[in-house]
Amino acid sequence: MSDALLKIENLTRYFDVSKPWLNRMLEREEKQFLTAVADVSFEIKRGETFALVGESGSGKSTIAKMVVGLIGASEGTITFDGHNMTGTAGAEMRDLRRRFQMIFQDPFASLNPRWRVGDIIAEPIHTFGLLKGAQVTNRVGELLDTVGLSAKDAEKFPHEFSGGQRQRIAIARALSSKPEFIVCDEPTSALDVSVQAQILNLMKDLQDEMGLTYLFISHDLSVVRHMANRIGVLYLGSLVEVADGKKLFSEPQHPYTRMLLDAVPDLALSGRRRKPVEGEIPNPINPPSGCAFHPRCPLVMPRCKVDPPHRVETPTGYAACFALEKQPA
Amino acid sequence: MNRLGRMWDSDIAWSFRHSPVAVVAAAMALIIILAAVFAPWIAPYNPFDPSSLNLMDGFTPPGEPNAFTGNTYLMGTDNQGRDIFSTILYGARISLFVGFAAVIFAMVLGIGLGLLAGWRGGWVDSLLMRVADVQLSFPSILIALLIFGVARGFIPPSMREEVAIWVLIVSIGLSDWVQYARVVRGAAMVEKSKEYVQAARVIGVHPARIVLRHILPNVMGPVLVIATIGLALAIIAEATLSFLGVGVPPTQPSLGTLIRIGQQYLFSGEWWILLFPSIALLLLALSVNLLGDWLRDALNPRLR
Amino acid sequence: MTDALLSVRNLRVEFPTRRGVLTAIDDVSFDIMPGEVLGVVGESGAGKSLTGAAIIGLLEPPGRIAGGEILLKGQRIDNLGAEAMRRIRGKRIGMVFQDPLTSLNPLYTVAQQLIETIRTHADISEAEARKRAVALLDRVGIPAAKRRIDDYPHHFSGGMRQRVVIALALCAEPELVIADEPTTALDVSVQSQIIDLIKEICAERGAAVMLITHDMGVIAETADRVAVLYSGRMAEIGPVTQVITAPEHPYTVGLMGSIPTLTQDHARLVAIPGAMPRLNAIPQGCPFNPRCEHAFDRCFAERPEPLRRGDRRRVACWLYDEVSTVEQEKANV
Repeated sequence: MSDALLKIENLTRYFDVSKPWLNRMLEREEKQFLTAVADVSFEIKRGETFALVGESGSGKSTIAKMVVGLIGASEGTITFDGHNMTGTAGAEMRDLRRRFQMIFQDPFASLNPRWRVGDIIAEPIHTFGLLKGAQVTNRVGELLDTVGLSAKDAEKFPHEFSGGQRQRIAIARALSSKPEFIVCDEPTSALDVSVQAQILNLMKDLQDEMGLTYLFISHDLSVVRHMANRIGVLYLGSLVEVADGKKLFSEPQHPYTRMLLDAVPDLALSGRRRKPVEGEIPNPINPPSGCAFHPRCPLVMPRCKVDPPHRVETPTGYAACFALEKQPA
Repeated sequence: MNRLGRMWDSDIAWSFRHSPVAVVAAAMALIIILAAVFAPWIAPYNPFDPSSLNLMDGFTPPGEPNAFTGNTYLMGTDNQGRDIFSTILYGARISLFVGFAAVIFAMVLGIGLGLLAGWRGGWVDSLLMRVADVQLSFPSILIALLIFGVARGFIPPSMREEVAIWVLIVSIGLSDWVQYARVVRGAAMVEKSKEYVQAARVIGVHPARIVLRHILPNVMGPVLVIATIGLALAIIAEATLSFLGVGVPPTQPSLGTLIRIGQQYLFSGEWWILLFPSIALLLLALSVNLLGDWLRDALNPRLR
Repeated sequence: MTDALLSVRNLRVEFPTRRGVLTAIDDVSFDIMPGEVLGVVGESGAGKSLTGAAIIGLLEPPGRIAGGEILLKGQRIDNLGAEAMRRIRGKRIGMVFQDPLTSLNPLYTVAQQLIETIRTHADISEAEARKRAVALLDRVGIPAAKRRIDDYPHHFSGGMRQRVVIALALCAEPELVIADEPTTALDVSVQSQIIDLIKEICAERGAAVMLITHDMGVIAETADRVAVLYSGRMAEIGPVTQVITAPEHPYTVGLMGSIPTLTQDHARLVAIPGAMPRLNAIPQGCPFNPRCEHAFDRCFAERPEPLRRGDRRRVACWLYDEVSTVEQEKANV
């Protein structure tokens, strides 16, 4: 057994996006399904930050929600530290839940506006029955201190804080059950850049101190580059490439990764002339046949339009692209 | 700043202070409610004590001495010689009690079913909302009449007088829960999709706790608005039922009963028996309604 | 400078509230030259969108222009009536907003909206206007423009819709286009297409652009000059290359340091401590003083004026005032 903390195999999720039954009958339409996540597999090692990047409709948030159990998987398995999460329930599941937490995108929505900060942070402690009485108050104070706030802030309500401070509170809540693994769903995309840097620094510090493992979801390539040890690139629900951190940026393999990197505005003013990006993301209800990227791909071959590509090893990780397959001699 | 100071400084208190209509309406409602609650101490007579009544005092016009006894009554007397002012105070007591109790009943039922529908979704939601739709397609007074009639059929005649008021409360409450359920369901669905609820679900908080501790406090704003306007409607519904003679028994006259009694004498010239209870009902319903309107605007800045 | 297309002079925008008047924009001045792209950056609440709204007369009440003036080719436009302002919007100043759906009427086809706008500003026949509209859609990169022009806005994808909005903003051939976060709602791959399009098409038509965004990367690729706003005040303004490669205001320095890049490695990002003050709690002196590591006495007492640094650059920071430099050295001794 490897040291993988989280193992995802052939994870797939459909959503029923059909019209109501009566409309379908009258308009003689079939049921419609949207494949948000298609056959995704990856592993996250203990202590690393694995990032998933992708544009809207890539399925990155759906994967995050499946990992923490907010929505079920249509197919495939999620294994957390050797426990298959789909088959676990009751006390065993409760124990597993304590060990993973989630940080959400919008710090204005992720804290109950009618609760005091102290109660918000203590909710996991109470739910898992970790501490009692004055110990809870002390622990909340410690946690607030850890995330750079003051113990006195426990008495306040969320609206008294700025966006960055709220995200710190959300992080304190996530930490309060002493988890090993945290799913971070776009944790800084609602924040301003100067505050984003504070939160990213805090997350890195916490990881170093507590040995946390992160699944980091983002659409921002430069943030991902800064945070992640390994990166998975999603396109229309499929994992097109997985590569070691910085190498994804220096040696992108999949044509979509290359296109994505070309699209990022260049702050360095290097004057590099970007290759213009072609086309837009197709409708996920009716995705292209074969490789979903083929209508926009500069390397498209006849085969790409028919078969979905398989995973191939690359110098930096693996990717799913026919153009990267070694031609048989 | 202490709690009271914070309340005084809050946006809603500020909006209240700067709305003359709200202040006047609140003052009026408060006066009527206090007068009703303390009726036994305020009212000059006890209109329900037969021993204090003198039939000779009947039909005394307001402010004039009675032709036989020489007694003067502020708002005159009715056919049995009861002081109208006192009966209004006691009547308002009954009206307000029925109104509040009916609203609380409707609120509890509506919030419960609304939370259930909003949280569970799916067929539970469809079923509850279709029932609500059906009920909404009838006028609520008709529903209340129907429930009242059915309930009376089940209750032995000997107990009817005693339980009449409770039957009335349940009838009005049952005819009114739909509004609460619909609003709560909608608000619960919005809150349910918010990230703080997802965060609680990730932690594994029990669903009942999520609904009661997280969602419920956040959907109470609009509920309070409906409850205030609903109170005015419930008072009017009670008056309507009592006016139709199916409400509280004549031994415990509410404002509606007084109006029913009064309208019999309208054409024989004893106008005060009808007029004063009607004005009392109007002021009560109007002030509560105005308060509800103000509260709705104050809680929903988009309407301004 | 009299040849500026748009001059904003000492603009002040206030919001009267029950707890007193909040000053959202205070003493902001800048020029936009014909054909120039001016980037306006700042964090949320810095007043960048309000500046744009003030220029086109679309401040949401109770917000109001409380001081200063706005000149379009030397003519004051901040005190015009609603009708006169409406004629300037669309005809002389085009607008592109963050959410393309708010700029398009969902009840009319793209053709109806484009033709109507073209004809209100130019006296031409319907057929002629339609021809122009198709050409314009073709120019902004809508495939099969001739056929798609009769579609409704909801038939278009987000990126395509923003292209339609750009066509709509440009159809009266305005001298200035104000683009408020035009790419924020779009995906990265579409974002670069839209930026390129705005840049090219405005250059082609000689329209100046005021590009409001929070994204320094977008500014770097698009703008000629950039204005950095902080707490409703101008922190720094100057040519893009200078401001990005050698920022002078401590806020800009911190801002540039806090952005992770695709090329450099940092163990930690340079974060500015704290957050931008709320409008009701802007400190005395320089609004950045609580977060500034260089702050000295004068910063807490006096508000820094924009100081001229070279030909085209202004920085509102006492560090660059000769008098204060002397004082600071004295203080350090």
